[in-house]
Amino acid sequence: MITVWAVKIGVVLGMILTSCAYLIYIERKLAAYMQDRIGPNRVGPFGLLQPLADGIKFLLKEDVVPRHCDRFLFYMAPSLAIMTTMLAFAVVPFGPTSTDPDEWQFVIAPGVDVGMVFIFAVGSLAVYSIILGGWASNNKYSMLGALRSSAQVISYEIPLGTSILGVVLLAGSLNLEDIIQFQASNGFLHWNLWTQPLAALIFATSALAESNRLPFDLPECEQELIGGYHTEYSAMKFAMFFLGEYTHVITISFLMSVLFLGGWHFPWIAEVGSHYNGVGAVKCGVLAAKVFAIIIFIMLIRWTIPRFRFDQLMSLAWQGLVPLSFFNLAFVMFAKQFNWPVWVLTVASLALLVGASALNGMRLQRRLRVGSVSSPALGKI
Amino acid sequence: MAISEKDIVWVEEPSIGLWEAMYLPAIAGGLATTIRHVFQKPVTEEYPEVKPVLPLNYRGVHRLNRDEQGRVKCVACMLCATACPAHCIDIIGAPTPWEDRDKYPVKFEIDELRCIYCGMCEEACPVDAIELTSIFDLTGLSRQEMIFDKDKLLSVYDKTVQGGKDPARTTRGVLGPASENLVPAERMAWPIDELPSSQVNS
Repeated sequence: MITVWAVKIGVVLGMILTSCAYLIYIERKLAAYMQDRIGPNRVGPFGLLQPLADGIKFLLKEDVVPRHCDRFLFYMAPSLAIMTTMLAFAVVPFGPTSTDPDEWQFVIAPGVDVGMVFIFAVGSLAVYSIILGGWASNNKYSMLGALRSSAQVISYEIPLGTSILGVVLLAGSLNLEDIIQFQASNGFLHWNLWTQPLAALIFATSALAESNRLPFDLPECEQELIGGYHTEYSAMKFAMFFLGEYTHVITISFLMSVLFLGGWHFPWIAEVGSHYNGVGAVKCGVLAAKVFAIIIFIMLIRWTIPRFRFDQLMSLAWQGLVPLSFFNLAFVMFAKQFNWPVWVLTVASLALLVGASALNGMRLQRRLRVGSVSSPALGKI
Repeated sequence: MAISEKDIVWVEEPSIGLWEAMYLPAIAGGLATTIRHVFQKPVTEEYPEVKPVLPLNYRGVHRLNRDEQGRVKCVACMLCATACPAHCIDIIGAPTPWEDRDKYPVKFEIDELRCIYCGMCEEACPVDAIELTSIFDLTGLSRQEMIFDKDKLLSVYDKTVQGGKDPARTTRGVLGPASENLVPAERMAWPIDELPSSQVNS
């Protein structure tokens, strides 16, 4: 049994690392296409061996440790970064699971009832790696990046957690496998994306902020902070930060598809009741396709929206996402209590979004009026 | 001059409606732009493999033209060295062993590192002996190597004149008197005997 687990963990880790490497390649290539460039095409056909070359480079490069840093913490930070994100993956199902322990389970740790809590607990630890890295580097830019990061991650954890509470309430379980099962057994229209669109939006936004991706990559914004918390890191230690971050992206994409897109469920192809040869593989494929689509979406977002200013970042979280997610949660609680039909939740979500937008529009209009007083021509009117 | 009141156009910021305040439509529009670019043809030039197409009047490395007998065309008149704003041309002239001209350069050096590639030498030359080619990727390992002497400049001519990219060009439509014996006297812009007196005196 233990060997089965060990093999499973090994395979999953290997898969994650390889897909990280190739996702970086895809991201570079896609970013190039979005900017009308060609992208990496020197190593191997179409540059396909680029990740390999990068890996070799990271391993062979000089590993500089600055003289004035706290060595213990300096070494600990990147290991923490990769450890926390890898740990979070333990409870994420990457294929169909069942309550029968004899069946093959496509998850490292099957049946963890506190799955969501575990992911959030471990995921929050990731901010330690950033803070430790920034602090141990003894560099002002690193420190600033780390401080920004801690503020950002702590702020966005609240809407992130609150947005999934609605989903958890609907499914009645914190177990990720149960949440998939709940969506799959109710059919396509009961995917949480349809019943909880606002929560999905909030989750996607906060998850981007959690994983320090653009447009929320303030901890490492190059123009202001050189490299942010990993300014002083080089060679494999930098690569570990990078891998940790990318694994985080993969994890949140998995979470997104598990929580909101029905996991491995897809109408006609992969239903709860579908029984044919290789159905497990198909379900894995469906989930992988969803995850891949989300990752591509994240990459597209990266080159579409410019980076937020720090105060905008904070006001988006505290004035926008946090209240919205609380209202959304309240609606779910009412719906559960009074047995409202599910479509009420969809309508409520959209109404909340429109209402919040109207409020935002009024705020922006007011600011516009206040700002325009300073212009003499308008002052005359 | 101060800007007068009537020249000033005050532009009001467009008002923000519900649609704009929702942000999501704008994000979707941005995504559409991004996706459209994914399918556009890249503008990248893969330089060492694909050389860029340069305009005919591109100003690159110099060359010294040869006449039809393969001799250096330059008559060591020093006009290019005088015109050069960077003082990168160094000429020592001497009486020619040939019948058809008085002087030729025994030494003709251009410091390619000092040159600003303005093309004034090409414009100044009365016999179209010095020209700028379309060679732009000039590199060297030492400063000494980048000082081109007469032989090297002539070899640039030999290298480029066959390529088709750098035909011998004349900027004024007609060649100078010492350049081409083939040009009949009546078709010369300024036949030697009829030069305006002001130019002769100056």
